[in-house]
Amino acid sequence: MSFKLKALTKSLWVFHAATSPCNNCDIEILDTLTPRHDVERFGIVLVGSVRHADVLLVTGVPNLKTKERLKTLYGQAAKPCLVVAVGNCACGRIMFRESYNSPCNVDEIVPVDAYIPGCPPKPEAIIAGIVKLIKKVEGGK
Amino acid sequence: MAVLDKIRERLADKIINWHEHSEKRIYILIKPQDIRKVATLLFKDLGLRFIIATGQDTPQGIEILYHFSIDKTGQIISVRVLIEDKKKPEIESLAPLFPGAEWIEREMWEMLGIKFIGHPNLKRLLLAEEWPEGKYPLRQEHES
Amino acid sequence: MSHKVIIPIGPYHPLQEEPELFRLYVEGEKVVDIDIVLGYVHRGIEKLSESKHFDQVPFLVERICGICSSSHPCAYVLAVEDILGGEANVVPERALYIRTIIEEMQRLHSHLLWLGLAAHFIGYNTVWMWSWRYREPVLDCFEMITGNRQNYGIMKIGGVRKDIRDEDIGVLKKTLEDLVPVVDMFRGAVMDDPVIKARLKGVGVLNKQQVIDWCVVGPTARASGLNIDIRRDDPYGAYDRINWNVIVEEEGDIFAKTKVRILEMYESISIIRQCLDKMPHGPIDADVKDIPPGEGIGRVEAPRGECFHYVRSDGTNRPIRHKIRAPSFMNVASNKISAVGGTISDAAITLAAVDPCYCCTERLIVLDRDTDKKVMNGWKLIELSQAKTEKLKKDLGDR
Repeated sequence: MSFKLKALTKSLWVFHAATSPCNNCDIEILDTLTPRHDVERFGIVLVGSVRHADVLLVTGVPNLKTKERLKTLYGQAAKPCLVVAVGNCACGRIMFRESYNSPCNVDEIVPVDAYIPGCPPKPEAIIAGIVKLIKKVEGGK
Repeated sequence: MAVLDKIRERLADKIINWHEHSEKRIYILIKPQDIRKVATLLFKDLGLRFIIATGQDTPQGIEILYHFSIDKTGQIISVRVLIEDKKKPEIESLAPLFPGAEWIEREMWEMLGIKFIGHPNLKRLLLAEEWPEGKYPLRQEHES
Repeated sequence: MSHKVIIPIGPYHPLQEEPELFRLYVEGEKVVDIDIVLGYVHRGIEKLSESKHFDQVPFLVERICGICSSSHPCAYVLAVEDILGGEANVVPERALYIRTIIEEMQRLHSHLLWLGLAAHFIGYNTVWMWSWRYREPVLDCFEMITGNRQNYGIMKIGGVRKDIRDEDIGVLKKTLEDLVPVVDMFRGAVMDDPVIKARLKGVGVLNKQQVIDWCVVGPTARASGLNIDIRRDDPYGAYDRINWNVIVEEEGDIFAKTKVRILEMYESISIIRQCLDKMPHGPIDADVKDIPPGEGIGRVEAPRGECFHYVRSDGTNRPIRHKIRAPSFMNVASNKISAVGGTISDAAITLAAVDPCYCCTERLIVLDRDTDKKVMNGWKLIELSQAKTEKLKKDLGDR
């Protein structure tokens, strides 16, 4: 495993990008910061710029307005950058698949490294998903 | 006099059809060209609250329902107009009367192709810039 | 010379480089105009409804907005029940109470969420953490009753899908009991704090006539003296069977909007308690077979205001038209009045004060109009807002 990826597993800087969400997943992501789950004690920090991010959390259904932005955002992230699709919408668009405003899945825009399903996934599930991803990255030396 | 009675009296010459679905849900049909006068009466004179407008593509034409709320009694009076020209549907905008109508008229324009004459800012509200001109998602011929 | 500056807000989902929800045009420190660009969350739900069965639609509309998660399905089923002759004629009594309990619990968690976000915007991060922390037991109760923290799947045409078991009632009551001193604490911390008063009084004002002209609803309207509340004006559920108060303030500023939401939390707790005591035993749903041709309107008082659904049926098993109007559609537009005339440092909190259905508010960007270069991003805007509070603290502390 590259030195960079190894460094990632110490402390993760996470950038949260929403495409067209209903916001449940976004709230649950923010919820991981609150005292009950307090994800910051694991060194997971939410950052304001994608250029500083190690992990890109994507929520929502990509629509015509947000699809290009997601692509641009991923382009700006310093590589390696892991992408996590949070929530059923980001995983596979579920009931919005047939909408006239929803052109494709998240993984057809950017490569996704982990899928955390749920509608919304509980904060515990989000943390568990990220930890699994770290372990997978650590394990794949 | 109850608000409904006032409406019935003052719009007597404009109401084509008055239907009371229930005590709290009333639907009246008027001609499209009367909408500005009717809305002025309901909103400005009688102080009803404008809730929203619903545009629909029906076989008979493009129908718009303007929903007004009589908050004191909990009744909703929905004013229906039917625009028969489906190729170029047009109607007077209510935005000059009250700004609360601006956004919904923009939405009905982009979703159904209805032109609102006199609207101060008739441009896209929800659809992306690259969405093709002339394609109206809420028209029946447009697929889901 | 004025240069136009466009401001992005949205630390929560800063898709940064591009259009942006709110374009604030600024002259120096003052906001002179605002252009609001939507469409980022547009998923074509009204059209999708036309391809779903009547029974599938509640699950679709639940996902319009995560926070008003039960308001939309409730308004929708009320609209369909309106076609059938009205909620009171279709839905069994126990279900009316359960609907009310769910709606009020939703109001509680929503107002707590808003309190946290607003506090964050003005630099009171402890309030943010605490209000979200005390939101958790409410979400636990949702999970206990419905199986999920959000997106409950509980509203159906004719009643509700899940019952509140006797053993749940004790837990609910205990949660509410524990919540009262918490709301007391927020009330004291927020209403009595001189810095917060100085920060929020007179800011983001909407007067009553403006609220009427822009057709604003909910706490945003009630904070400006407009006494409207669907729960009282066009009752649904069990609201007309219990005692509660509509909270109205007059000043129309952000302080008033905050006060309305905090006081509404007390009312919600009281409503839920009364419902738990008065709820009769019995069935929780009616057997509804076919929806006849017709049209129906349903509306509920969501935490943000009137949530309106119109449904038209042609006798088949799908709606031929479903119109959805979330309260924020009217409220967010009114930012044209409340944000303009204020300062950049107040912009963040003013826009947040209407409690935008979160999925309506994504970003603002600051661009210099002459050079078209980005001057500020959303984080910076919130920092400005927080810095203003710090300065106020120092100024007031010096006296």
